[in-house]
Amino acid sequence: MDYGLDKKTTSLKTFNTIFIIVWLLIACFPFIWTFWGSFKVRADFFSRSDWWYAISAFNTLIETGGKFTTNAYGQAWTEGEFWKASKNTVIVTIFVVSISLFLGTLGAYALSRSTRNYAFWLLILALIFRAMPHITLVSGYLFPFFELQIWGILPTTIVVLVAINQPFTLWLLYSFFKTVPRELDESALIDGCSYFQTFRHIIMPVMWPGVITAGLFSLMLAYNDFTVTALLLNQENHTMVPKIQSYLGTNQHEGNLMWAVSSVVSATAPLFILVMFFQRQIISGLTAGAIKG
Amino acid sequence: MPNKTFFWFFLPTGLAMILFIGLPIISTGIQSFYAQHDQIVKEVKKCDPFGCTVSIVVDNEQTSKIREAKPLGKFNGFGTYTDRNHLAVGEIKKFWNETESFSAFIDQVTNLPFYKALIFTLTYCLFVTPNVLLLGFIIALSLNAVARKIRGPLIFGTILPMIVTPLVGSLVLFWMIDSQGIIGANIQNLMNDPYLSLKSSKTLTWITIIIYGIWHHSPFAFVVFYAALQTVPQEPVEAAIIDGASRLQRIKHIVLPHIYPVVTFVALISLMDNFRVFEPIIGFSAEGSAQSLSWLIYDNLVNEEVILFGSAAATSIMTIIGIAILLAPVLIRTWKEFRIAR
Repeated sequence: MDYGLDKKTTSLKTFNTIFIIVWLLIACFPFIWTFWGSFKVRADFFSRSDWWYAISAFNTLIETGGKFTTNAYGQAWTEGEFWKASKNTVIVTIFVVSISLFLGTLGAYALSRSTRNYAFWLLILALIFRAMPHITLVSGYLFPFFELQIWGILPTTIVVLVAINQPFTLWLLYSFFKTVPRELDESALIDGCSYFQTFRHIIMPVMWPGVITAGLFSLMLAYNDFTVTALLLNQENHTMVPKIQSYLGTNQHEGNLMWAVSSVVSATAPLFILVMFFQRQIISGLTAGAIKG
Repeated sequence: MPNKTFFWFFLPTGLAMILFIGLPIISTGIQSFYAQHDQIVKEVKKCDPFGCTVSIVVDNEQTSKIREAKPLGKFNGFGTYTDRNHLAVGEIKKFWNETESFSAFIDQVTNLPFYKALIFTLTYCLFVTPNVLLLGFIIALSLNAVARKIRGPLIFGTILPMIVTPLVGSLVLFWMIDSQGIIGANIQNLMNDPYLSLKSSKTLTWITIIIYGIWHHSPFAFVVFYAALQTVPQEPVEAAIIDGASRLQRIKHIVLPHIYPVVTFVALISLMDNFRVFEPIIGFSAEGSAQSLSWLIYDNLVNEEVILFGSAAATSIMTIIGIAILLAPVLIRTWKEFRIAR
């Protein structure tokens, strides 16, 4: 209850407002600027002579006859085969999310309902696994995968991403399952349900908020991953993020920077829309482990 | 829950983690003791009317044959760990004996690839983590004071840097800071120095990557602190106001002690994440002046001629040891708490 004891002076309020505006500018402006620039030609967005060209669209007007152009998008999606990369990303994301939720809910439910010591140690082990840098794991995968000839294909990457994702999913779902009272299970068990039936028909229906949160985080991991997808997939099967990197070019061949700019926008837009809708779940997920645990 | 039921419930996730996290770590360990085969050379005698010359060429057939027979490479023991690209024991000894002053010695050592990367990684952790905590906390306090109605969109704006992948985040910043981008070009104009650019200076590159790190990670700290601030009980705060405590005093003596466990949690997570810094180096194309441990591994794995499995594995194992050292205090504390709780 706010009794109005905490009186803020006007100068403090002004300072606070200014701070928030400055911070939001720092946080959001780069994205707005990239979005704006993706509709220009390269000579405008990366202008050697005058940065104002990016706003006045000097070269875009000369080259395309309009102030805005969608050439970069068109070329990247067709010539640059970004459509293939986004198709791969969709496949990887759907499978990673569904498999890791399936494995994660089962495992986390068991962990939350066990009173033994080993449940505690398994959680600690998951924490240690969570700390492993992904690139060190990839350096362990490459050689065996080459030998088994399963390198470069989507299923391998999906399984690897599911596994890498498990520790975090387990911790997150564990803290959610803990909030579901045990009495619910016990009454179902007394009524003659098996453990699996209890899990399936009694616990899962009340767990949807937690499952959605965990699903969102799996989705963000699979969608955003660079380390695993760049090194475990061949050129043909690349997902969006490694594809963007390949547009940047290397010392050997020149890339196409405007493709990269437009692809960055294409890849980020769905994520932003998703977050806009599920903001509450993401925040509750990030804090679940910290506040309750 | 009976052990048997637990086993069946946990089996799928446990199997996934053992197969794809546990085994790879062991596989990395084994690989680190092997090195790729040397190329087999043979002498070829070439005779022409003016006499015979003997030249040495690579025997491709033999080389690929031995590579197929022993794909793991030749056993190298701790050789990879001590070579020039890793701990560089021999080089350090040499520098110690040859250099005159201590600073010259340090200078030489920090030019070795592994130590260079280690120093960058540690510097990055050391600057990013505390600043992330501080900035995240200030944003949380500041947003907490705003009217509830407009908080939603403000939070959305705040968490944007966190939800994009580091590669995209660093690219978006790089395109602005680059000498042809909006900020870079204006700084050039302002300083009147057409050659001033990110790539021209090592210090500037490091500062940029650190600023990127703070930009990217602060939203995470913000979200957790913001949620924790909602749980601070109002009564002690009100009592403090009546007793005449200033705003700073209230934060220091009531709010901070209450959210202290969360602060350690955020510090731990962001330390773990910062230690694996790697994508921003690619995004900023800063390979020339900033290399991290993870980047060294990546560089070995994308090597054009032959993938340096052994070298990558040795760096990986040392990175894992680094992570273990970072995690040790937390694990020891958890273990002690667990023993007391029993």
